[in-house]
Amino acid sequence: MNDGGPIIHVENLRKVFRVGKVEVEALRGVNLTVTPGEFVSIIGPSGSGKSTLFHIVGGLTPATSGIVRVAGKDLSRMSDAGRTILRKQTVSFVFQRFNLLPTLTAADNIAVARHLAGRNHTGADPEFEQILDLLGIAKRLHHKPNELSGGEQQRVAIARAVVNRPAILLADEPTGNLDSVNSQTVLGLLKRLNQELGQTILMITHDPEAAAYGDHIVSMRDGRIVSQPPARLA
Amino acid sequence: MIQKLVWENVRHRPLRTLLSALLIAIPVTLVLTLVGLSRGMLEDHRRRTQGVGADVLVRPKGASFMSGTTSAPIPEAMIAFLEKQPHVKLATGIVVQPLSGPFSTAAGIDLEKFTRMNGGFRFLSGGPFQQKDDVIVDQYFAQEQKVRAGDTITLMNRQWTVRGIVEPGVLNRVFMDLRHLQDLTGNTGKLGQIYLKLDAPENTDTVIASLKTLLEDYPIWSMKELATLYTMDNVPALRSFINVMIGIAMVIGFAVVCLSMYMAVLQRTREVGILKSLGASRAFILGMILREAVLLAAVGTVLGIGLTFAGNWLLATLAPSSFPPSTVPDWWPMALLISLGGAVLGALYPGMRAASQDPIEALAYE
Repeated sequence: MNDGGPIIHVENLRKVFRVGKVEVEALRGVNLTVTPGEFVSIIGPSGSGKSTLFHIVGGLTPATSGIVRVAGKDLSRMSDAGRTILRKQTVSFVFQRFNLLPTLTAADNIAVARHLAGRNHTGADPEFEQILDLLGIAKRLHHKPNELSGGEQQRVAIARAVVNRPAILLADEPTGNLDSVNSQTVLGLLKRLNQELGQTILMITHDPEAAAYGDHIVSMRDGRIVSQPPARLA
Repeated sequence: MIQKLVWENVRHRPLRTLLSALLIAIPVTLVLTLVGLSRGMLEDHRRRTQGVGADVLVRPKGASFMSGTTSAPIPEAMIAFLEKQPHVKLATGIVVQPLSGPFSTAAGIDLEKFTRMNGGFRFLSGGPFQQKDDVIVDQYFAQEQKVRAGDTITLMNRQWTVRGIVEPGVLNRVFMDLRHLQDLTGNTGKLGQIYLKLDAPENTDTVIASLKTLLEDYPIWSMKELATLYTMDNVPALRSFINVMIGIAMVIGFAVVCLSMYMAVLQRTREVGILKSLGASRAFILGMILREAVLLAAVGTVLGIGLTFAGNWLLATLAPSSFPPSTVPDWWPMALLISLGGAVLGALYPGMRAASQDPIEALAYE
């Protein structure tokens, strides 16, 4: 899957949206490399293209041109079905709005992700139990999202994101809907997942304080990367 | 897991679920009630025909087993002729007169002969005719018209005295004196049909064969054979009518589920986006929507069957004489198929729409 090389490799990535008869260039030749086990923060103002990059790397939308490799898979040649498999097996998401299924309990929200990945076993999973302990939600698993606080919902979303041991965890403004205390908790948890379990994390944010939790910070503006550690440039 | 997801979706919006199931239940009830009613009326007709106690029926020229019997073209002298035939023990004729509505008639009978033929009515109250303006009615008719023995009732624009109330299941629901009804309807000396009682039922075929040579063009049936003809397949246009109703039921089921699932998909756009972000395939999303539709159809069918019982009770209470209902459990699988067919077809478009939703747009849906 990934033979020691970068887990994310983006080269000259372009994405053009068509709005009516107008073409909007969201990404204008982005180059980025992330190695396994890194925690990379992408920071930039609204419209900088960071969300579009996030969506392409996560297989939610195809690129217009350029090379995108995620865990050794070439996304630029991937069909819709292929991107679905990528989301199922390789990448996972944590969103600003938590995005838990409102009709299911926290446990079932996690179980859905497990089911979709084809991992329906109900036996003990000590590693995941450890993650639940780390996230501090073990006792809140039988509650539905509307019975959980924002911080708890986001921690359930993180648990759901890592249950299938994805190669990459993509976090989109994970603290955008949280107060400062919960923000620090969630960011701290992401950091611990990265440090203790070696989870590769790509987080986009507009908050410099949140971005500082990453090992590296990549800045974007107007569809381009304007600064990143020199070693990360493709 | 998918079942749980579907079940929780259905449970999460109980009002929508209930209304959808109710709307699916209505065409189910419609079909089951119509089939039940058709079968109930035929069954009732068959039971009452058998209740006459005869072995052979002679009808006027050109009549079918189901055609109207309200004309009286057979000369009364035919009775004497038939009674002279070998093996014929007794012959009695009747006339039938329409009352109000298409399903309500009065039968003019020769009570003395009729009693000899079938052993007589079982009176629940009152007794036989005493005067020419007396009527005997069965229990259902009395219940529907709210009359008791001794009450007067208006039939054919005349006042009649309800002389007796009898157990149902014999020929008709309203009985009048044959001679009086013949006179009132201008059929003096004429009969609508004639029943024959034979010395032994085993002679039925012999007698019918003999009569057919003597009475050319007169339809003659054994009562046993006649009873087997009272099925939906033998009633012209009834099967077509029921098929049309099934078609309408399917269209209603399709429209209801399509609308309901379309609304559900719109409401759950964001949830579809979440599932897609988790790696749910198009087939998974479509399967989830279809399963939900199937669940709604199943609940709707059960509800529809329940409503059919309620409808039957209502008919049996309000119009037991005109519309004898019948429960038709053998049609329940058909009702389920109708619901499922409509539901699956109705859920296809919303399901495919959900399955092909762009995950980013779906996740951004407010």
